[in-house]
Formats: sequence, C-alpha cells, structure tokens
Amino acid sequence: MDKPFAITLDPGSSLANKTGSWRSERPVYVDLLPPCNHACPAGENIQQWLYHAEDGGYEAAWRQIMADNPLPAVMGRVCYRPCETACNRAQLDAAVGINSVERFLGDEAIKRGWTVPVTAPESGKHVLVVGAGPSGLSAAYQLRLLGHRVTIRDLAPLPGGMMRYGIPAYRLPRAVLDAEINRILSMGVTFEQEKVTDIEKTMADGGFDAAFLAVGAQQGRRAYIPAGDSAKILDAVTLLHATADGEPPQLGRRVAVYGGGNTAMDAARTARRLGATDAVVVYRRTRDRMPAHDIEVEEAADEGVRMMWLSTIARAGEGTLSIEKMRLDDTGFPQPTGEFTELEADTVVLALGQETELSLLDGVPGITIADGVVQVGPDLMTGCPGIFAGGDMVPAERTVTVGIGHGKKAAHSIDAWLRQIREGNGAQGAGAVPEAAAQPRLAEFDRLNTWYYSDAPATVRPQLDAARRITTFDEVTRGLDESTAVFEARRCMSCGNCFECDNCYGVCPDNAVIKLGPGERYLIDLDYCKGCGICAAECPCGAIDMVPERI
Amino acid sequence: MPVQPVKFYQVGSFAVGNRLLSDDQRSVQSEPDRTNSLNCGHRACQGCGEALGARYALDAAMRATGRQMIAVNSTGCLEVFSTPYPETSWQIPWIHSLFGNAPAVATGVAAALRAKGRTDVRVIGQGGDGGTVDIGFACLSGMFERNDDVLFICYDNEAYMNTGVQRSGATPPAARTATTPAVGPHPGNNFGQGKNAPLIAMAHEIPYVATATVAGLRDLEYKVRRAMDFRGARYLHVLVPCPLGWGSAPADTIRIARLAEQTGLFPVFEAEDGEVVSVSKIRRKAPVEDYLRLQTRYAHLFKTADGAATIARLQRMADRNIARFGLLDPEPAGAPPGRASNGRASAGKERM
Repeated sequence: MDKPFAITLDPGSSLANKTGSWRSERPVYVDLLPPCNHACPAGENIQQWLYHAEDGGYEAAWRQIMADNPLPAVMGRVCYRPCETACNRAQLDAAVGINSVERFLGDEAIKRGWTVPVTAPESGKHVLVVGAGPSGLSAAYQLRLLGHRVTIRDLAPLPGGMMRYGIPAYRLPRAVLDAEINRILSMGVTFEQEKVTDIEKTMADGGFDAAFLAVGAQQGRRAYIPAGDSAKILDAVTLLHATADGEPPQLGRRVAVYGGGNTAMDAARTARRLGATDAVVVYRRTRDRMPAHDIEVEEAADEGVRMMWLSTIARAGEGTLSIEKMRLDDTGFPQPTGEFTELEADTVVLALGQETELSLLDGVPGITIADGVVQVGPDLMTGCPGIFAGGDMVPAERTVTVGIGHGKKAAHSIDAWLRQIREGNGAQGAGAVPEAAAQPRLAEFDRLNTWYYSDAPATVRPQLDAARRITTFDEVTRGLDESTAVFEARRCMSCGNCFECDNCYGVCPDNAVIKLGPGERYLIDLDYCKGCGICAAECPCGAIDMVPERI
Repeated sequence: MPVQPVKFYQVGSFAVGNRLLSDDQRSVQSEPDRTNSLNCGHRACQGCGEALGARYALDAAMRATGRQMIAVNSTGCLEVFSTPYPETSWQIPWIHSLFGNAPAVATGVAAALRAKGRTDVRVIGQGGDGGTVDIGFACLSGMFERNDDVLFICYDNEAYMNTGVQRSGATPPAARTATTPAVGPHPGNNFGQGKNAPLIAMAHEIPYVATATVAGLRDLEYKVRRAMDFRGARYLHVLVPCPLGWGSAPADTIRIARLAEQTGLFPVFEAEDGEVVSVSKIRRKAPVEDYLRLQTRYAHLFKTADGAATIARLQRMADRNIARFGLLDPEPAGAPPGRASNGRASAGKERM
C-alpha cells in the first residue's frame, strides 16, 4: 500500500455506475410526416427542400422538388398552396411562404439552366400521353425518367393546356411556362399536335404499350339565360383561350361574370385588362361559400372587380341584365326571392364550371363514366387495362397541383403495370401497384416546443401597383430575392423531423446524448440515460418519443 | 422592392445549437468536445436541474478560462451525487471540504494560487442554496467584503433536498417542504421570510452579480464568461428546479425554470458594482398559476379559497418583480432576442 494516509481505494470514475438501469422510459428519435408534405397534392417533400434552401443549397432543393414536380416555377405562381394552409407555423405567427420559396427556386433553375438527366436504362416501351396540360406533362416527365419512350399528343399547337390557354399571363408569364415545358421536352419527350379521336385505334396504329389520358375539362358549362337578340354572352374558357391566343373578343365597357370559381375571377380580371371599366361578378351564394380561393378574390377586389352576392341573372337584354336576389335556405341552397334589380352590362361571361370532352373513349370496353368524368382505380387505371387517366377528367379537385400529382402517380402505376407485363404476370392491372407503405404519423402542432423558434413574421411578396395592374398583363405578384427567400425558408420549423439544433444534446442532465456530427444526428447512450424525458420535452420539432421500457 | 435583412433563423439563439449559425455563435453545450465537467454516471435524480446547471456553468467556465480552473464545492446534493467515494463524475480539478465553508476554502485556494504566482488559474466556489444562503453565508459575505478573486455560483433549488426537502432561507412563500407542511391556517412556507441572496450580494458592491436559470442556456453561458472578465468577488445565482423536492415531472425541469422567468417570479438580471446593468426581458408572459400548477409543493393552493388568495399574493410578488426590474418590454413582440439595458433598478433589501 503506497497510498496516502487514510486512502484505501484508487479514485474511480462514475462511468462505472450505469444509471441506465433506472430507466422506465427511453427516448426514441422519430421521423413524422410534416403537415405541408401531407397536404401537397403533388406529393412534394417540402420540408426536405426547405432544409436544403435554408443554407443556400438551392440546386439540391430544386432537385428535391423535381423528384415530384417538374414545374416549380409554374407552381410557385399558380398553386393554391394547400401546404401553407396546413403549415403549423400559422398557429404561431404566419405560415411559411412555401410557395414563394418554390417560385424562387424554380426561377433560379431557369436562370442557371439546371436540367434533370435521364439515368434509367431505356425500357423499350412506348407510352402515349393524351393532353399536354400539367397532368400530361408531369406523367411524361416521370415516365421519361423511368426510361420509357413518351409521345404527347394535344390538339393545341403548343403544349401547356390550361396553363397556357386558361391561366391569364398576369398570373403566369408565358416565358416561364415555355422554359419549364421545354426542359421536359428536351429530355426526349415528343410533342405532336394531333387530336386523338379514337384511343384504341391510335394505340394500335402507333404501337403504344400504354396510354395516359389527361385531356382536362376544356368545355365551358352553359346555362340557359333568357336573352334578347342583341345580348352578348360568351363563356369564360373561350374568353381566356382567345386572350391567350392574342385575339381577345370585344367585351364592351361593362362586363358581368356569372359564377363564383377561380375561373370567374380570372375572367373578371382579364375583362378589366381588356378595357372594361366595370367588371361585376354575379354569384348566387355568399362569399364564404364561393369556390374561388381567397387570394384570387382579394386580388380581384384590389383591381376594382365588384362582387354581387346572392344574385342570379334572370334575363339578359341589350346593355342591361335583370338580376334576381337569392336567399340561402336552411340547407345552404340558394332560393329565389322574387326581388329583381337591374345591372348594366354589355357582355355576360359564363364561368359556371367546365366539362370534359370524352368522345375519344367511345366504344372502349370497360370504361366507366359517371358525373361526366372517367372513373379510375387507386392506381389511376381505367376499367380498360393499359389505359390510365388523371387530372381534370377524373373525379378530383381541379387544380394544376392535383394534375401534377396525378401525372406522377399514373407514371409510376404505368411503370409497374408495364413491368408486370414484361415479367409475364398477365395484363390484369388491378393490384399492380404495391400497397403504399403505411404513412408515418402526422407531426401535430401540439408536439412542438415553439419556445425555441424566433418570432419572425412572414415576408410579403411585393405586388405591382394596382393601378398598373389593370392596364397590363404583366405579372402581378413578383418573386422574392435571395435574402428574403432564405429568410422565408428558415422560418420552417421542421415539424417532426430532426434538424440538428443540439437541444437534446445540450439539455440532458446525464450527458447521455451522443452527437454524431453534421447530418448524422444523435444517439441515446442507454447505459446512462435515466429516462427523465427532458430531451423529448425540449425538442423544438417533436422528433423524440418517450417509449416505455419492457421490463 | 422592400428587402428584409436576414436576422432570424429557423431556431435562433433560443436553442442549444443550430447548423445555420457560425461556430462563434453556438453555445458551449453544442460542442462535441465540451468538457462535460460533470460526467455520466452521477447519481442525481431523473431530470435534475442542479446537475444540468452545474455542467452548463462549469463547461462555460472551462471554455472562458482556457481550462485553467479549480472548483471548490460545498456539501449538498451536488457533492453527494457526484462523488460517492471512490467514484467521481468531475472531470475538472475539484475540491470538497464542509457544508458551511466553501467560500472560505475558495478564498484560500485563490490566496494559494496568488502566493504561487498562478493568477492565470481561476477559482470557482459552488454550492446549493443551503450551503450558500444559510450555512455558508458568513463565509460568503466575508469573501464578498474582502473582494477575494472567486466566482461563487449558487445552484438554487429552494430547499435542502439532499437531506429530505427541509426549508431553507431560499424557499419561496407558500411552498410545502418537510418542515413547512401544507397544514394549518397558513400552509407551506411563510410570507415575509427568507432572503434574496443576489440583492444582498449587490449590497456588498462587488464587481459582478447575476442571476440565471437552466432554461436560459445562452444567457447562463454569457454570464459565466462575463464574470470571468472581472477580478475580485463575483456571484452567480442559478435557479435549478428539483423534481423530487418540488414535486414536478422530471421532463418538466426546463419548462418550470422557463416559467419561473416568464411569470416574473424569478427575475433574471446582471449587476456591476452594485447596480443593475441589464435584465432579461419576459418574452412570453405567463400567469403564476402556470408555474405553480406543475409542482405538488404548491398543490394545496389549488384546493381552498384561501389558496386562491395566496396565489393572488404570489402573482403580486411576480408583478412587483416585473415593475421593479422592468422585465416587460413595451416594444412589440418579435424583436430579436438579446438583453436590454434598463438603466437603474432599485437594489434595496427585498422581503417577499
């Protein structure tokens, strides 16, 4: 014994004391589904691309978008942003401006000329896409990435569908649209201007292995309005299409738009730009029941578009309309009141919804049509094997975003179906798509510890002066510059997915969280973790669960 | 177009670290190679605020002193759970003597270093509220009045937890402890007793006095670093919730410390030469009920009409702190985090 007086043992470290044995619950890192991703009809991994954008990784962010959506610059302008409606940050201050960041990334890609390479080997299969709208273009892009030959046919001279012939240029400049469509075509997608009238014959003649139909809903719905000989009535689809073609019709100075959807707003705002001093939207219900999105209604009102709620057009005469006031009954349905007023109007534009022209499916066996749209399975295949359909011509909400989502989904279903045929499993496509993996749990607001997020208000996108807006078709909403886009991206709270803020590593009283380094996240040292749960309680984004130990 | 400067981050200065921050903006606790002054295997209860506060403070001190530092520990939980012979969790030079004499031992260590010409080695004395505001108070006051070159850190969990939750001079009014049970006409600890150690330290007009909580990591690290800018006696008072003694869930330790600050019950400030120079503003004001309800030591207040009156009285205490230290910012919320100077606040003796 050569130890000092009264010392009998060597000094030891407390590491010998494995306090992990005290634990009744253990922290487990989880990855939950952020509400923005959950809400996106195109299935974008929004949180992941915001994460890339936060530190200036714009190209990585853009490539993440492109995995799901080949038209970010378009969507950054025309999408109705279900992601922002779902965003948890809205409960804290204001939703993250996801859409404006997407637009910035899309514009950046056009500016820098980024492209997506086709790396898959050629499959030898040839797929026909009918309709060059968002859904058809999305499908063509995804099919091409999977190695298939793709031909798109559309009756219009230029691809784009409603993005070109429906959405006015002040919302979507054609240079942006052209840039993004050309990027898809340059991947080896063939575009042909040709009206497909008989899908079965076309497939047989062209040697196509499968077809994706996305002809959209191009026909304006008509309503019977008793009208004098001189009353001028046209439908909104025709108006917007003619304006896009550069041959706008003469509307006169006073224009009434009949309907309450987004197309009605587009028509009214277009009428203002075509010289109408008075554009009035006549809608038979109230604003809260209006199908048009709030942004569109607000922007229309800013531009001087007037709204007449609870009104129907009873009769159209020369230069004047007879308007009947309505009231909502107990079920919310508008009922006539018998009270009439006059509204001066030179033209009536009908914006009462659109219908799909389905004659190309005449005689095709197995097809089911209900409510004017084609019925499809969960894999978007129609009742006829090998023929898939999506976008506005199937039962769904009719937006560009939904169309892009359908295109992606159909492309993967077609790929799976073609693979199944090649492997000799027969042509029956039902169940060809493997069941989607169970969706992870949603990252609810209640899981977040919002204390750790700085208070940062949303960045407002600068808008053109309203006075200038009504005289030009220049784009109304302008984009963010880089500093504001980064600011906006950094407002993301990364709901339900670790973003390496080091909180768990810092707050553990037992030093039982191991930091693995950038991108590698953390590990719980179960030898010493006592299971107190502070890491889970203080995780800003709710990415830690406390799970009972099995004893 | 209007340009907004990038000044907020996804997770700004409130989290421990953030990949978007440059290295010099990150906390000491976010570093992979932090000292871990108090290592794994210590025997503190689940969710111990004191173990956390001690590691925060000492790791920051190790960084601030370039690892040239000795810590002197008084008896108490911190000593008992960290150093059961022959094991120790301390990964720093560390010495323990008695319950009541840690400030005097620290003075002696500083004197010895001075005699040896090693003034580059800094001295920290530390203890719980019992060893600081009660048993060691004479030694502490002496250390202050001699202006010995020691930073003394009190980890305040508001009672003698190690021996079974007996009342101390830092136990707040109405709190139930083993010696102030929740019975009789005035359940829990009495109003009008106890002492406010930070204000007493300020009355000594020593170079630096500050308060902090385990919920404000960056603030705590800043104050340790700032204290090391001074020579002479310095005092740091850190609120560290105790799940055992306060009857709170182990997972709520930081949440409770945050509420103590956000209700105004525990004012967070710093003072130089006896004058308050800055306060941490309340960012999300909360009523005292939010703080009290999480702790069974206050459970009796929610069962009787008298309890409601007591809660109102505690709320008045919090409101008085807010007014006295200027804890609420008249500016709109959303300003970037930081400490604001509020000029002078009165520093008289407080009896709550």
